[in-house]
Amino acid sequence: MSATVGALFRRCPVTGLAVHQQSERLLKVNAVTAIVTFLVGTISAALLALTRWQAVHLLPADWYYRLLTAHGLNMLIFFIIFFEMAILYFAGPILLNCRQPAPKLGWAAFALMAVGALLVDVMVFSGQADVLFTSYVPLKAHPAYYLGIILFAVGALIAVGLFFAALVVARREKTYEGSIPLVAFGGLTAAIIAVITLLHGAAIYIPTFLWSLGLMEVDAQVYRLIFWGLGHSSQQINVAAMVSVWYLLGALTVGSVVINEKISRTAFVLYVLFISMASAHHLLVDPGMGPAWKVWNTSYAMYLAVLASMIHGFTVPAGLELGQRLRGFVKGKFEWLRKAPWGDPGFSGMFLSLVVFGFLGGITGVTAGTEQINIIAHNTLRIPGHFHSTVVGGTALAFMALTYYVIPLIFRKRVAFWPLAKIQPYLFAAGICTLSVGMTFAGIFGVPRRHWDISFSDAPFTFAFPPAVDLLLAVMALGGLLAALASLIYVAVAVVSVFFGETVDLAQLDDTRGIPQGIVKLPAQSHTEEAGEKAHSGGTPGTMILVFVFLAVFILYYFTNWKLLSMIWKIG
Amino acid sequence: MSFHSGIVSPQGVWWKPAAKQEKLWLVIAFAWCMVLFAMMPLWHVKGGQNPSGIRTTVEPSEFEARTQRFIDEYGVDDESGFPTVAPPPGSDLYLVGEMWNWYPAMRLQAGASYTLHISSLDVNHGFGLVPANVNFQIIPGYDYALRITPKEPGEYYIVCNEFCGIGHHDMLGKIVILAAEAGGVS
Repeated sequence: MSATVGALFRRCPVTGLAVHQQSERLLKVNAVTAIVTFLVGTISAALLALTRWQAVHLLPADWYYRLLTAHGLNMLIFFIIFFEMAILYFAGPILLNCRQPAPKLGWAAFALMAVGALLVDVMVFSGQADVLFTSYVPLKAHPAYYLGIILFAVGALIAVGLFFAALVVARREKTYEGSIPLVAFGGLTAAIIAVITLLHGAAIYIPTFLWSLGLMEVDAQVYRLIFWGLGHSSQQINVAAMVSVWYLLGALTVGSVVINEKISRTAFVLYVLFISMASAHHLLVDPGMGPAWKVWNTSYAMYLAVLASMIHGFTVPAGLELGQRLRGFVKGKFEWLRKAPWGDPGFSGMFLSLVVFGFLGGITGVTAGTEQINIIAHNTLRIPGHFHSTVVGGTALAFMALTYYVIPLIFRKRVAFWPLAKIQPYLFAAGICTLSVGMTFAGIFGVPRRHWDISFSDAPFTFAFPPAVDLLLAVMALGGLLAALASLIYVAVAVVSVFFGETVDLAQLDDTRGIPQGIVKLPAQSHTEEAGEKAHSGGTPGTMILVFVFLAVFILYYFTNWKLLSMIWKIG
Repeated sequence: MSFHSGIVSPQGVWWKPAAKQEKLWLVIAFAWCMVLFAMMPLWHVKGGQNPSGIRTTVEPSEFEARTQRFIDEYGVDDESGFPTVAPPPGSDLYLVGEMWNWYPAMRLQAGASYTLHISSLDVNHGFGLVPANVNFQIIPGYDYALRITPKEPGEYYIVCNEFCGIGHHDMLGKIVILAAEAGGVS
């Protein structure tokens, strides 16, 4: 890497990376838009929590379903994909020190995504698309709704293409030596899965758009099959992006070490190879497919995508442990964890994301995604209980943690409301865990998701769930409100920092208020052979304990579910 | 092996063997994944709850006609405006999901086996039997025929657990399970 960089670049004083002006601008605009859509999703979330809290039951039925549609789309599609585009501008051109290829195309991609998102939101909030996130055919929305999604997806596909282009440019112009860093490699797998996902999206939304215009037929089961090729694979983009962010924040906050490049990279590749038909997880109790198809496509006989997450679930904490041990925290099994920078929201958010994703999200997901167990989980509150702990407690929290580093490093601003920022990840994780636990246990009683009134006040018969359900729904709602509060803090911190915050020069940092500790003093990113070998030969005993506790919880939860299943009616 | 973070480009060959602890976790995790897989085929052989069913396609109008014949044959009563049927053990049962009703209501015997055909006349619906917590996806154009053996006697209700429009939450069907000795079905 040369010491000087071209006029359109700046040299980051913390990481030493050469940052191209256009990549940085594209990153910023995507990140800011992500936060705007996140705010829409958050306000919807709070109102939904106050409605499903049966004692409050705030919204009327039509607005409940409308905001449920808006919440799903703004959070799971717009917020997360805009943010991922920002991550790809980082993991591509910035991390590889190269120029931004075809910046104009990047702006066009952003414009398409923004127009698409706006069109969708206009349709949803004007009541012309009360079809929920999944828009299962033959439930019909206004054609402009499907068009909006298509525009958004085309834009995202172009932006992903620019990431691939950056890899080519960086290689050809030799802006890095050796192999691309692990974080860029994780970004690459996310980008590949994004292409698979977006092609599924095209395969389903284009016919559905034509169907909404009366030009063709779409089979309801085929829709579900291909829709979930989009809907579930997109969660695998989130997982790959989230794991990349874990490695990235581990590096920035405590100098986390990559334990073994081969293992971590192979695990990323497993995501790409074994996720293509993950839509099966959503069709386990559907009439259109047989048991052999379901068993095979759930697992490919080996559950290698689950294995991939279990590998990262080991290598990420082991990397943190080794990084901390190299910094001198060598006492006992857990000094590395006790003395971690818990007051740095970049670290606490990342670590909580890892724990929530693994313990709550992963375990509940794999269990509910088992063919037979799905009978007692499908479309009950167990399902949102699961995915709020993967994609919210996991992915969204990791992205929040990253934001606290993006603000000083990319926007070059001091993080506003620093004391609030420090506790934000804890509040958010606590809220999401409470929400998930409330949902999961309510779901075990068979309480349906996406349901305005489980007291069935206008139904032809009278049925009441046991009183415990009311309590669980209150727990769920309180958790949801806490998470929404933490989300508002996050939005306030981000917006105030970026638009009204104090500009900082990281090269001459006299005042470290509102600057995460990893930026104040970046931990060592490389170690000598001897020091590394010495630390590594001692192993990572703390991590071994953590992963075996995890496995024990997993086994217990999994077999408890088989037991619960065996107690219901015989069904074949 | 060089020791570096995830934002550093590895130099040279990084395809290196795993250390002891990594290997141990890999082997255990993989073994667990195999257990996760094996349980599914195993339960098809040994377990009593499988979402297999007899799956056929059916025109909504045809399914509606079959259900009507079923009601004509076994109808015994009317409750809350819904026909109630009391078919004998071993029968084929037909349950319609439509915006926003499940019909007919049924009286069945505990411990007896039935083949429950469920389909939709319009959009996706979700068969959710409470408080037993049994859930299936119901899709227009597909007949999902599940062989069921009700367990404890009592009143069971069918909620809709797939969003199907503004009246979704008002969908509630009813299945009464009678004790085996009570008999009394025509």
